[in-house]
Amino acid sequence: MSVNLRLTRRRFIKGVIYSSAAALSGAGVYLASAQSRPAAAVERLLSINVNGRTRRVDVLPQETLAHTLRYKLELTGTKLGCNRGECGACTVLIDDVTNYACSTLTHSVKQRAVTTIEGLQAADGQLHSVQQAFLDELGPQCGFCTPGQVLATVALLKSNPRPTREEAREALAGNLCRCGAYDHYLNGVMRASGQLS
Amino acid sequence: MPSHDVMPDIELYQPVQVEDALDLASRLAERGWLLGGGQDTYGWLKDRNKSPEAMIDLNGIEALRGIRETADGIEIGALTTLTEVATNPLIKASYSLLSDAAVKVASPQIRNVGTVGGNLVQDVRCWYYRRGLSCYRAGGNLCYADTPQGMNREHAIFGASRCVAVTPSDTAPALVALEASMVIRSVSGERVVSAQDFFVGPNVDIRHTTVLQPGEILTAVRIPNTWANATFYFEKVADRNVWDFALVSIAVAMRESGGVIQDSRFVAGAVQCTPRRMEAVEAAVRGKARGEATAQAIGTLASNGAEPLNHNGFKMPLVDSLAKRALLA
Repeated sequence: MSVNLRLTRRRFIKGVIYSSAAALSGAGVYLASAQSRPAAAVERLLSINVNGRTRRVDVLPQETLAHTLRYKLELTGTKLGCNRGECGACTVLIDDVTNYACSTLTHSVKQRAVTTIEGLQAADGQLHSVQQAFLDELGPQCGFCTPGQVLATVALLKSNPRPTREEAREALAGNLCRCGAYDHYLNGVMRASGQLS
Repeated sequence: MPSHDVMPDIELYQPVQVEDALDLASRLAERGWLLGGGQDTYGWLKDRNKSPEAMIDLNGIEALRGIRETADGIEIGALTTLTEVATNPLIKASYSLLSDAAVKVASPQIRNVGTVGGNLVQDVRCWYYRRGLSCYRAGGNLCYADTPQGMNREHAIFGASRCVAVTPSDTAPALVALEASMVIRSVSGERVVSAQDFFVGPNVDIRHTTVLQPGEILTAVRIPNTWANATFYFEKVADRNVWDFALVSIAVAMRESGGVIQDSRFVAGAVQCTPRRMEAVEAAVRGKARGEATAQAIGTLASNGAEPLNHNGFKMPLVDSLAKRALLA
């Protein structure tokens, strides 16, 4: 009961924050519409498609997708390592192409489909074949880079279902692993593509 | 240095017509910031070392994307991603020097969003400048890299003029070698500048690395068929295979006939603020056959006249070796 109360209170506070933000952005829309089209800056309230669901969210002009996913949509599977496009932990798919969510403006994904690690698991909880293959090959050590490695592999196998080990190495080159489990991940790619039994 | 998770407040415009973007660029001028792939932009903003009032996001302008065949070559929209440039069949077939360079940029994810225009106009990587110190390039009156204690292993061996930063672009040397030209638009019209003249050193303009003025937008890159299907060589030497910028790179186009080199373009990257055309090497190999003898004959022509700093003398034998390797490949 107390847990429920706390949740309710948190939701209530969040609701207040969001509704006042929405009111502010509404004022922005009104002001913007008074000006000519190219002069109009972006509207803050937008709909984005994440893991097949349309999510309505209030987004700052300079907000990165990683920030929106983690702190507004509670999709914390997308990790923030360097926040500078230099580690790959925040890799997500946008229209099936790998992107660093820390270096993507949420406002640039309005008409596009975002896939995060949360979107790979089947409705019944069964892991995606890449996730299972990585587990079988002991890919994740500390696990922090794993969501990015998984998504880079999913994107690779969509465009190239039977990559060579060298092609896999190049496709995963934008994802650092500080545990050094690169060969485990590459084994996982080969297993997920049915080239390792 | 403050390191922030989020960018400071900034206005964002997302025009879908080139004309609207040009209007904005003209109106905002130095207060505006043109946004391509953003991979250089966001670091500047997160570090608070550049503070434009508004970003003009060019990614929604379809007219600035794509690779087209023209009457005498190809035209690449400035917003075309490096992945598209690296994998385009037309470029790979006839201008593989450019695709070989594009595939060496940064990492796969960065190439997926990074644009060819952004790769050309990106700012220098000198860490003193990037850290926000008030150096010459930032409007100050000191160069932190060119001091007895300065860490300048990755800096210039040619053309230093107060600033010793080098061009970080991988595609720029390839485009200078291919004799490309840059299409620049503003509200008052269009101008076309050769790749060689597009880049400027600190002796010409210490604050900017290109001739682009506030209000102007690089809209396309044109590659003439002058060097189509020539013999190409591109090599980038860096500390890491991924992400890293070149210590030295080389882009070479050679036209051969009757077993000898009729004409060539040798261009080095990361040795000075602009891509460096090596005309002495080009003259020395004219009329010679590619191979060991010619490679030996060019000796140290590539590094002739270099003025290394405390920690970058290794770039001299490196650029000489790369010029030789182009002749041995």
